[in-house]
Amino acid sequence: MSAPAHDIRRYPGARLVTAVFFLWLYLPIAVVIWFSFNENRLVSVWTGFSTQWYAAALQNKALMDALRVSLTVAVIATIGATAIALMAAMVLSRAPSKRIYKLSEAVVNLPLMLPEIVVAVAVLILFSQLGIANGMVKLTLAHTAFCTPFAFLPIRARLQGMSRDFEEAAQDLYATPLTAFRRVTLPMIAPGVFAGAMLAFVMSMDDFITSNMLNSGGSTTLPVYIFSLIKRGTTPELNAISTLMILVSLAIATIALAMSARAMRRDL
Amino acid sequence: MARGKAVEVYNVSKRFGSYQALDQVSFTIHENEFFTLLGPSGCGKTTLLRMIAGFESPSEGAILLNGAEIETLPPHRRRVNTVFQSYALFPHMTLAQNIAFGLENLGWDRKRREARVAEMLELVHMTQFAARRPAQLSGGQRQRIALARALAPEPQVLLLDEPLSALDLKLRQAMRDELRSLQKKTGITFIFVTHDQEEALDMSDRICVLGEGRIQQLGTPAEIYEDPENRFVADFIGETNFLAAEVLSVEGDMARIRTPFGLEITARQKGLTGPGPATLSLRPEKIGMQSQADGHVLQGTVRGRNYMGGFTHYTVDVAGQPLRVSRRNALSHAESFEPGQTVSLGFREDSARVLAQ
Repeated sequence: MSAPAHDIRRYPGARLVTAVFFLWLYLPIAVVIWFSFNENRLVSVWTGFSTQWYAAALQNKALMDALRVSLTVAVIATIGATAIALMAAMVLSRAPSKRIYKLSEAVVNLPLMLPEIVVAVAVLILFSQLGIANGMVKLTLAHTAFCTPFAFLPIRARLQGMSRDFEEAAQDLYATPLTAFRRVTLPMIAPGVFAGAMLAFVMSMDDFITSNMLNSGGSTTLPVYIFSLIKRGTTPELNAISTLMILVSLAIATIALAMSARAMRRDL
Repeated sequence: MARGKAVEVYNVSKRFGSYQALDQVSFTIHENEFFTLLGPSGCGKTTLLRMIAGFESPSEGAILLNGAEIETLPPHRRRVNTVFQSYALFPHMTLAQNIAFGLENLGWDRKRREARVAEMLELVHMTQFAARRPAQLSGGQRQRIALARALAPEPQVLLLDEPLSALDLKLRQAMRDELRSLQKKTGITFIFVTHDQEEALDMSDRICVLGEGRIQQLGTPAEIYEDPENRFVADFIGETNFLAAEVLSVEGDMARIRTPFGLEITARQKGLTGPGPATLSLRPEKIGMQSQADGHVLQGTVRGRNYMGGFTHYTVDVAGQPLRVSRRNALSHAESFEPGQTVSLGFREDSARVLAQ
């Protein structure tokens, strides 16, 4: 493909700005990865290459427990949030435009606008009022709630971009509304659903404020655990953990991009 | 030939808020008929089609499919299929899967399905593309698959919503013939919605002209063109000259009128009851020039000329009144008239029509 006439690379200084931008964005991450292979116990003193901190991280039981908690909560919250978001998006994008629907949409998106600390304190008080004591239950409920708008937005966008003709064509060809949804609507909005689920998963994995607020024995998530490690001083083990997390994130992002690119090609 | 009734529409009205999309519309479509709903955008033709398909319901009135009331049936229980303007082929399915979709929902077994899909692909000359996806097709090919998909379940009625509007001119012409022959071959009732009068005249057994939510005229293409019911139809179908005329007397379907050129003629009339102002409609191709001037002859001056290849359109000034005249360029040495030239024009009484203002 030839470069278009308004190729951004032809603007003066474009390369320099780009280089500085990427350096600013990724230098800290590169440093983390670099020092995760440092043999020395002190994070910032390089003495030699070693993978011992990875071994230490993988053998750290508290760390593995935290990882398990995070993954369990994230998976359940992602499934819950995506299901709720999918239903909300179907109703809101296929219903006639009435005020009640506009209001509903605002309610679904409200958690995006509210400061997380407010929501976190609110759920903490709510759960103690309700007498819910199980840490995992509290985490899962709270995560499902704040992940829903993140799952909702891409699904909603995808549904809005999809002509109603497809659903009508399906029903015209004798599909019940449920069959039409299962065989036409869902496959066509799958990239949006996948993107929504990914966002929800990442938001849940990444969450600190709410998880920290609800922290109790047996329900310490990975970010909360890492924060507790930092309080005791950083070690290269922390760098190793971070590097592993970066790898997992990269893998997920790559899969998501590849899937949406495939869907784009298909729909052209 | 006595034919069964495929679709009956009784006093159907449709309001969207305060907007009256359809107002007391009634007509019957016969089995095995190519029926066209023709009208400008916003005339309610697509609304009518969507009501038959089940995507809208009438505010008043009833629609019968093969004699049975369908109001309570959801779209997936109506034995009608639609060819959508956008085609709406499912992008995640192959063409064969697209065509099989309706059959699966009807519970056809695999063997019967596969045979029908092959038959339909053959019918639209797309057999070698069975495994492709819609994105890999051209506009005309998509159109064919949309047709095959809608015809596969053997619907009682096939609805076509402006299916040719997305195609380029050449292809549109070819698809007209193909649609027409498909209809004859399958014997299925076609209800075709279009705003293109040429398409409607070319393909239809009968045309229903809709305007402002009401039926303006229902008839064969020739009836609609030759004997328009009113000004709306005469104006919408084809091209015509409208001249203000004065009715002297009305006798049955004939009226004696005075034209702006001072001539008094007797011509077929529609919608008039007695003396008063009226409109004279004179089609451009029914006016002869010079050697072809026949009947009532008038003198005029050529004002403009549009060469269209097969035809030349002239604007001729007759007593201050511009008249459009269409002349077929039949012979290579056909006479041509220059602007400014004085010519004689002629028209016969039996090709003039008198309509209500």
